[in-house]
Amino acid sequence: MNFLGFGPSPTIEIDYSGPERRTVSVRGDSPGQTETLPLFSGTETISGQVRVTPPPGKKLEHMGVKIELLGQIELFFERGNFYDFISLVRELEPPGELTTSKVHPFEFSRVEMQHESYNGINVRLRYVLRVTITRNYAANFVKDFKLWVRNLVDVPPQINNSIKMEVGIEDCLHIEFEYQKSKYHLKDVVVGKIFFLLVRIKIKHMEIEIRRKESTGTGANMYNESDTIAKYEIMDGAPVRGESVPVRLMLSPYDLTPTYRNVANKFNVKYYLNLVLVDEEERRYFKQQEIHLFRHDL
Amino acid sequence: MAQASGIDANLTPAEEQEKWLRDATSSVKQSAFHMKRAIDEGNLKDALKHSAAMLSELRTSQLSPQKYYALYMKACDEMRYLENFFRDLASQGRSIAELYELVQHAGNILPRLYLLITVGAVFIQTKEAPAKDVLKDVVEMTRGVQHPLRGLFLRAYLAQMTKDRLPDKGSVYEGEGGNVKDAVDFLLHNFTEMNKLWVRMQHQGPQRLKDKREKERNELRDLVGKNLLVLSQLEGVDLELYQKTVLPWVLEQVVNCKDEIAQTYLMDAIVQVFPDEFHLHTLDAMISACMQLQPTVKAGTVLTLLMNRLARHASDEPTAGPLIEEVKAFEKLSDGAQKCAALQPAGTCPLDLVLLYQALMKFVVELKMKDSLERLDQVLERCADALANHKDSMTTKSTKELVALLSSPLSQYDVCDVLSLKHYPRVMDLLADDVRKEMAVTIVKTILKSGTVIGDVAQVEMLFEFIAKLIKDPEGAPPPEVDE
Repeated sequence: MNFLGFGPSPTIEIDYSGPERRTVSVRGDSPGQTETLPLFSGTETISGQVRVTPPPGKKLEHMGVKIELLGQIELFFERGNFYDFISLVRELEPPGELTTSKVHPFEFSRVEMQHESYNGINVRLRYVLRVTITRNYAANFVKDFKLWVRNLVDVPPQINNSIKMEVGIEDCLHIEFEYQKSKYHLKDVVVGKIFFLLVRIKIKHMEIEIRRKESTGTGANMYNESDTIAKYEIMDGAPVRGESVPVRLMLSPYDLTPTYRNVANKFNVKYYLNLVLVDEEERRYFKQQEIHLFRHDL
Repeated sequence: MAQASGIDANLTPAEEQEKWLRDATSSVKQSAFHMKRAIDEGNLKDALKHSAAMLSELRTSQLSPQKYYALYMKACDEMRYLENFFRDLASQGRSIAELYELVQHAGNILPRLYLLITVGAVFIQTKEAPAKDVLKDVVEMTRGVQHPLRGLFLRAYLAQMTKDRLPDKGSVYEGEGGNVKDAVDFLLHNFTEMNKLWVRMQHQGPQRLKDKREKERNELRDLVGKNLLVLSQLEGVDLELYQKTVLPWVLEQVVNCKDEIAQTYLMDAIVQVFPDEFHLHTLDAMISACMQLQPTVKAGTVLTLLMNRLARHASDEPTAGPLIEEVKAFEKLSDGAQKCAALQPAGTCPLDLVLLYQALMKFVVELKMKDSLERLDQVLERCADALANHKDSMTTKSTKELVALLSSPLSQYDVCDVLSLKHYPRVMDLLADDVRKEMAVTIVKTILKSGTVIGDVAQVEMLFEFIAKLIKDPEGAPPPEVDE
């Protein structure tokens, strides 16, 4: 957010400390765009240095330089309205004058960034480092540096029951489906099978959809919106009674996040496997089942 | 001038099929071109993308089996390039395990499985994975294609791609990669699923198109039979494995599928592809299965085929004799023939029964067994019993074959011995009068041709009596004088 005020602005840059800073490529603000951002995890220390360089040949008078670490949630139906769940500040430089480039080290340590960065359908959660050069009688110079935060679970789930269910429509179709686990990490594979107990309709094919349901707001203001992240065909053609069809769906190719429950009381993101059978008349029969996703490695 | 769509409505079904095939083939060629270019550039991602697009043409429901086969062959030819590319990647150190996973990301199941099978074949060949593990996985994953035609061709591709990569006895894939039992397991599974799909085609579609469906099914039968052929070619499939594992499994599938076309073809196939030595040791199982086939399947035909084969085997292989005696082949086959006869409804044309006993007769004659004459007589007795209820339904062809049956021992054995067989006349009685007379003439001619000298007075008397019985018409030509 470089403010083009009177005359040229100073350049503000950040270098992160530590060896090879991990980066991640994420979807940008515009569709089809991706950007590469530094990746931080959990309680990792965010440190480095800020370099402020006044415009060439000019001196910069200021009322102070500070850096803030902000964790923000923005609901799209309240655009521009950011809820800051983290707001920390470090003063870098007292009021003064800058004639040449100056480097200011900074550190935010032991900050619990418990929520992951998230770009969703109706909500966005982001972390930024905001450097502000305050000025008297003129607008401040402000620059935001985006970060991306991901958290790993410490321990894989102790209990991970299979999902096994018999569903059907009387006299038409009875199936028993089984998914080996109910909790999956993001590079996991959904393994299972579908067993046909009764088939009286003409099935054309069967597929599994991965669906995401995002609910924003609370109570009376809760708004749900779902989208389909993936469609994966698991059967071509019509089976007969007694036939069983294997399921092997790899999660790694898809743009998934862990299940987010009650993020700062603002939103939830849940994932579902939706088993869909389509008959010759394009009628769809489906059974949706929630699965829990977690992050196993960065 | 591009008014193609306007002409469509006037195409005959055959022309429509031609057009669809042309269009699909053109798409295959186009995608193949892009795939090959990506391969030349070493671009795996694009090669997979275009190959998946090419294979998607096989998802069609529009083509008849014959036309689908043409499209399938075209796609298979192009897949050779991809297979070679995968092999090159392997030799450059790329992990085939990763590739095996990567191709499973494809969203549509049919292209995905064709790719999986192709990678799987390379996976086995490079020995990066044990053959048995890959085989087990691919044959299991192909269950996802339940559409009969598409499933049959997919599994045919599976059989084709794996046939030289089985952990047979003595093959390079044996050991870590498994053993012949794993190979057999794989082939039997693929065979079972293919048979299921093939039988399922019988019930697809309206009743009025049944004949067309059956014709199409017959066009596809060798796809199913190929599994049996590969099984028979495995070095490690010895008698024990055949007896204990292969045959029981296959026969169970044949009997349980309750399908006329499948049973007829498969029983025939079993007889043809497996060695006669195996058949001699498994006669009980084969005959028992024959008795459980659908009523419209002529159990007798299968036995006839079996007997003809064993008879030929006996004549080619002089050492076969003792084994045949040991397994009591004749007794079993004779009992089997009796059971077949019992199954035939009375008053129906007995041609199959005649052929059956003809084969049994030939079996005895070729074998040159001891007690041959007694056995011949038994055959005649049973033949007479079997045909008793069908005397009035004898057609020209049945009669002709019956005459052949009666004539066949005459060339191998002493005429008088044959004619004195107790039941020979009973069988002759089944013939119509004029045919019987003709038969008498034939017998006499045979005697003359063979230059047999009948030295014994008793024998001459018997001969005259025999012929006299045949010739009821006193105006019939008397037999020529026989020199003493």
